[in-house]
Amino acid sequence: MRIETISQLKDLRKTNLERMNKHPRTVLICCGPGCLANGAKKISDEFHKVIKDKKIKGFSVEALKETGCHGFCEQGPLVIIEPDGVFYTKVKVRDVEEIIETSIKKKEIVERLLYTNAADGKTYTDYKEIPFYKLQNRIALRNIGKIRQCDIDEYIAIGGYEAMAKALSKMKPQEVIDEVIASGLRGRGGGGFPTGRKWATCAKIDDEPRYVICNGDEGDPGAFMDRAIMEGDPHSVIEGMIIAAWAVGSHNGYIYVREEYPLAVVNLQKAIEQAQALGLLGENILGTGFDFDIHVSRGGGAFVCGESSALMLSVAGEVGEPRAKYIRSVQKGLFDKPTVLNNVESYANVPVIIAKGGKWFSSIGTAKSTGTKAFSLVGKVRNTGLIEVPMGTTLKQIIYDIGGGVIKDRPFKAVQTGGPSGGCLPEEKLDLSVDFDTLTQAGSMMGSGGMIVMDDRTCVVDVAKYFLQFLIDESCGKCVPCREGLYQLHALAVAVSEGRATEEDLDKMEKLSENIVIGSLCGLGKSGPNPFLSTIRYFRDEYLAHIRDKRCPAGVCRALITYKIDPEICNGCMACISACAHEAITGKKKEPHFINQDKCDKCGACYAVCQHNAIEVV
Amino acid sequence: MVSLTINGRVVQAEEGEMLLAVIRRMGIDIPALCHHEAVEPFGACRLCTVEITKESWNGWKNYVTSCLYPVEQDLIVHTHSAKVIELRKTLIDLLLARCPGSPEIREMAAQYGVNETSYEPVVNGDNCILCGLCTRICSRLGFNAISTVGRGHTKEVAPPMKEAPPDCVGCLSCALNCPTHVIKFTDVNGKRTIWGKTFELLTCKECGATTITREFAEALSERRGIPMEYFEKCDACHRKELSLTMGAVVGWAREEQS
Repeated sequence: MRIETISQLKDLRKTNLERMNKHPRTVLICCGPGCLANGAKKISDEFHKVIKDKKIKGFSVEALKETGCHGFCEQGPLVIIEPDGVFYTKVKVRDVEEIIETSIKKKEIVERLLYTNAADGKTYTDYKEIPFYKLQNRIALRNIGKIRQCDIDEYIAIGGYEAMAKALSKMKPQEVIDEVIASGLRGRGGGGFPTGRKWATCAKIDDEPRYVICNGDEGDPGAFMDRAIMEGDPHSVIEGMIIAAWAVGSHNGYIYVREEYPLAVVNLQKAIEQAQALGLLGENILGTGFDFDIHVSRGGGAFVCGESSALMLSVAGEVGEPRAKYIRSVQKGLFDKPTVLNNVESYANVPVIIAKGGKWFSSIGTAKSTGTKAFSLVGKVRNTGLIEVPMGTTLKQIIYDIGGGVIKDRPFKAVQTGGPSGGCLPEEKLDLSVDFDTLTQAGSMMGSGGMIVMDDRTCVVDVAKYFLQFLIDESCGKCVPCREGLYQLHALAVAVSEGRATEEDLDKMEKLSENIVIGSLCGLGKSGPNPFLSTIRYFRDEYLAHIRDKRCPAGVCRALITYKIDPEICNGCMACISACAHEAITGKKKEPHFINQDKCDKCGACYAVCQHNAIEVV
Repeated sequence: MVSLTINGRVVQAEEGEMLLAVIRRMGIDIPALCHHEAVEPFGACRLCTVEITKESWNGWKNYVTSCLYPVEQDLIVHTHSAKVIELRKTLIDLLLARCPGSPEIREMAAQYGVNETSYEPVVNGDNCILCGLCTRICSRLGFNAISTVGRGHTKEVAPPMKEAPPDCVGCLSCALNCPTHVIKFTDVNGKRTIWGKTFELLTCKECGATTITREFAEALSERRGIPMEYFEKCDACHRKELSLTMGAVVGWAREEQS
């Protein structure tokens, strides 16, 4: 059925809402990437099977919903019983029967599956009360984990496409732009350029056709915010894009999504087809006379294709290499035509801004960074997962209040924000407010929103080495400073980690970094030395320990460490002997063991298995 | 016309012109390895980077590749500021680490006072500096026989699948424009070999000298409408014929007959 008018959209919303509310209780099964990897699909299948077999009064398989990422990945697979928000964690297939018997047939709770907060030992029933969720404010992620993923009926039922209808019928393009400018929304891909200003510039350029592109090439290691949106709530992105197209006068849009997100590709494609079938994409949308359609363009997995000019070349079918942007892409972008390119999360914010107004949006967050920001909280933090917090929340609040602190209460060392091109911030920076300008000032950056927590067992030289290696592999290889400079910077970092470097080498690294920054063609190269620059800024002592004392304080750099067994503590359990792949450990049962340093590969397997803390790293 | 200041001198330039062209016209020598008039500017070698600023920028400076930066009214350009020289030196040093065997790079490095690289020589480095001139010229000619393969530090120039390229016509444009002369070819016994593909060279029916490959002649004939007969003679014999024709016109031919 095609929706021809706005009143038809309203009618459809009413019908869909009635259908959605038909069931007094619904079961939400999180099918985000984390939960899927832990068997969420099997759990969902089991729910479907058992519900079909049991024939419960007032409940059918229609009340089972596979949702996008609910956020609390650490506790997955998650099952939530609405409307009470009963939150079951680490659910297994064998728990399904019990959940149905207890929480669906009766109104009781399976206590053992509830979440217990490690910090205070408190057990929670309703997820909205859990600190992890309570401190969040979800705008971009508003629907994910609440509605069936990639379901246009539910999206419309909860008010989806109404903002689009409002923009197309009641607002002139300039009014839409003004609203977005008033909201203060800045690019969520990391650059932080004011979205409204970008649209305004594009709209003014006297050239046709214009294009609207969505950047879904999320490539930072450990980042999965955009993935969650594209998989779980693709319609919010599509709606945001239609509004953008209306504002700048475009009739063709592209969503560039990386091939490594197969479900995102499928769901976006499906969502576009659903929207086309209802006439929300295509010609004469809602009878307003506005035409707009979206195509999915799949990327081959190059990190650099997340850079706007490389992305546009890749969409056009050419090699994805950045070009100099002395002429901006809003002027000459895709196919050399005016192009607006925004990140997935930016588009997901747009419908809310249009619905509730720019003023409302700008009241959240800080003066210069308005609204909220989604982060993927990963690394050595207790509550890994997907979060969204108002701008201006401090790193401490994110890591300790939402994240629950460092795993095993080990000392906190650093938090890496902004992906490979971002930087590491030490403990004394934990009170910094998370917004575009503060993070950049501190030598890191907002980036797309990856946040990696590190404990005292993380070596900053090793971290710099890791990210530099990533950037060497992902550099497009076009310009010399990035291709050759990062390679040499990495070589020097390796020398530091192996105790071969001198203090002059550190100066050389800083000089080289400076030249890479000013000399590189695109943002990847310009921010490429950041893993080194931010770690040397805050952890120079640790670099010096590697150089002067030939010592790795965190006990990570293999060339500089030795594993030793304390014969006083070792009780001869032989666990380390069987763990050692190099047969480097000898000893009899119930007698202290000994590591043969000539054979030891320093893999740390013995250290990991020893239950008695008898093995030390020196 | 726009007017701008380069190294303290006020100069005029056409709107849309790139800085490098203006700088070179002034006789200022700045290096550029990936630049060629025949193809679009690329900005890969970064050697032509210059420092730019404007009165209105309140002291803020930017570093841009002059090959790609269009001239702007009131722009103030420095082609040899301390920072620019430092950058160029670093770039050449890095290139030298990649291709220590290239005489061209060594010579350029020496000009900037770099005799040996201060970095670790790249393992398996060859003399290719990945300037992309070969692939861009090939593409500009419409053949697209070679391209860059892979990315990052292991990127290389190669034909598809690293096999003899089906679209190559053996025109040598890649090899002859390579700034470090990495692309090898041979012309032996009327045969040309390049990129692992062997071509028959046409011979001049007048003097017997070898000319261009049959494939290149056919491509030119097809795309530019030049008749195939034209390629039966070499350039020298074409010139000879032309001079004879010209002679005939002015009447010298008759004298020759008598």
